[in-house]
Amino acid sequence: MSESSFRINEGKLKMAVKLFEGLGRFTLYHLDDIGHMSIFSLRLTFSVFKRPFRFAALLNELKLIGAHSFMVIFFTAAFTGMVLGVQGYYTLSQFGSQGLLGSAVSLSLIRELGPVLTALMITGRAGSAMCAEMGIMRISQQIDALNCMSIDPYRYLIVPKFLATLIAVPLLTLMFNVVGIYGGYFSGVVLLDVNPGAFFAGMEQSVQNKDIFLGIIKSVAFALIIVWVCTGRGYLLQKIRSAGFGAASVSKVTTQAVVLSSITILIWDYFLTAMLL
Amino acid sequence: MSEPVIEFIDVHKSFVKTNGDVHKVLKGTSFAIMPGMTTVIGGGSGQGKSVTIKLILGLMKPDSGQILVQGRDVTRMNRRELSEVRIKFGVLFQGVALFDSLTVYENVALPLREKTKLGKAAIQDRVVKSLTQFGLHGHEESFPAQLSGGMQKRVGLARALQLQPEIMLFDEPTTGLDPARSQEIYRLFYSIQKELGYTSVIVSHDIPKIFNLADQVVVMHNGQAKVFSSSEEIQWSTDPVIQDFVQLTMGNIYQSRLENK
Repeated sequence: MSESSFRINEGKLKMAVKLFEGLGRFTLYHLDDIGHMSIFSLRLTFSVFKRPFRFAALLNELKLIGAHSFMVIFFTAAFTGMVLGVQGYYTLSQFGSQGLLGSAVSLSLIRELGPVLTALMITGRAGSAMCAEMGIMRISQQIDALNCMSIDPYRYLIVPKFLATLIAVPLLTLMFNVVGIYGGYFSGVVLLDVNPGAFFAGMEQSVQNKDIFLGIIKSVAFALIIVWVCTGRGYLLQKIRSAGFGAASVSKVTTQAVVLSSITILIWDYFLTAMLL
Repeated sequence: MSEPVIEFIDVHKSFVKTNGDVHKVLKGTSFAIMPGMTTVIGGGSGQGKSVTIKLILGLMKPDSGQILVQGRDVTRMNRRELSEVRIKFGVLFQGVALFDSLTVYENVALPLREKTKLGKAAIQDRVVKSLTQFGLHGHEESFPAQLSGGMQKRVGLARALQLQPEIMLFDEPTTGLDPARSQEIYRLFYSIQKELGYTSVIVSHDIPKIFNLADQVVVMHNGQAKVFSSSEEIQWSTDPVIQDFVQLTMGNIYQSRLENK
């Protein structure tokens, strides 16, 4: 009897050991992953100062990330502003203070929705493209080929994307704000008869420089997150355990990059708001 | 005799598979490659042929052992030193690894644009000249995806030769090509090497054909490298492992000769 109970204990022991092994492997892998992503960000930062600088590539990336995102941002901003106008109108009219619509729309756009929605749209549009491009270059040995010609892939491939995102996202955010406010104006003033003078006067009185500043800081931080996560995941594709191989690995890693980047943006949005507001 | 260009000394390398098993690819591999020679590295799939190339270039680190390139150990180099060594190499990858969003012209011009101080006109001159030499004239504005496999290999070769490498590494240069095309690639290898005098390392399973080019054959098997100085030596080897390999790769013509002997 004592022997059988000993056997059961041995089985349990094996299970416990397996559990700890799994836990250990999980922890080690994720520490490893964080380490790779940190080294990636450091090397990227240093590479920004490496010469020769690829100015033509930067302009091309600005076109792809910035100019080509214009329509997406325009429509997102216009309809977000219009929805804010309608929602704000109905909420405010319950207290008879429709006059505050201008300040409600502009503050929520400038502080919050402008930076966040722009960053999310750019993640979906340009971030996914960056990640897939890096991933394909990795699996088809094009990055190895660059290394073999002793051309630094960070300087050659990633720095133009990095700088272009850093320039484009804040500009697109500002554009989002302007278009959004006019969207709110359209639905609130033109369609729902709010006083146009009150709309703009409310905006002027309530929006301060620090609100605009907060929005810009957020958009720069989000741009860093987008370019770091999206190029990083693609570049490190072969180090990602769950990725697998070939075309499927690129699609998996791209999905992962978009999800990771979006979540990180929303988390940092909270922290930045809490710290800076 | 002069110093070897590339030397493997007791190199070990293993990989961890997805299921956690350890797969030992190289178990104490040692061989040397002399300057100006053509060395063919042969062996079955998964015997570490491509790994050998990645190790030479420092794209991978071995578990233990030394890999000397011109007397300097690449396994202990930092990124800058590696970059200095790599510039001496020209590499033709297994999948060619052309930059698929650049045109043929831009692909070949890239190393010149990035690594030399040549002007636009000088670069154009050299690129057009070498594209003509490789029979790619008129395809300057095509993208790699629009070319046939053989043409892609020739673009890869043209790109690899732009910086006048001292050592050329070819990873499976004729995989996926029909016999006529592979013959054409081998002819190119031969004529260009004669002209430029680089040391060449060819990883291939196309053993019988490539014997014509080889000064030395390294057969990788079970993590060991066996070096043969001529193709005859390998064909007449009495080592059962090598006999197996010869029979697998060349059919039983040589084998039956051995039996008659």
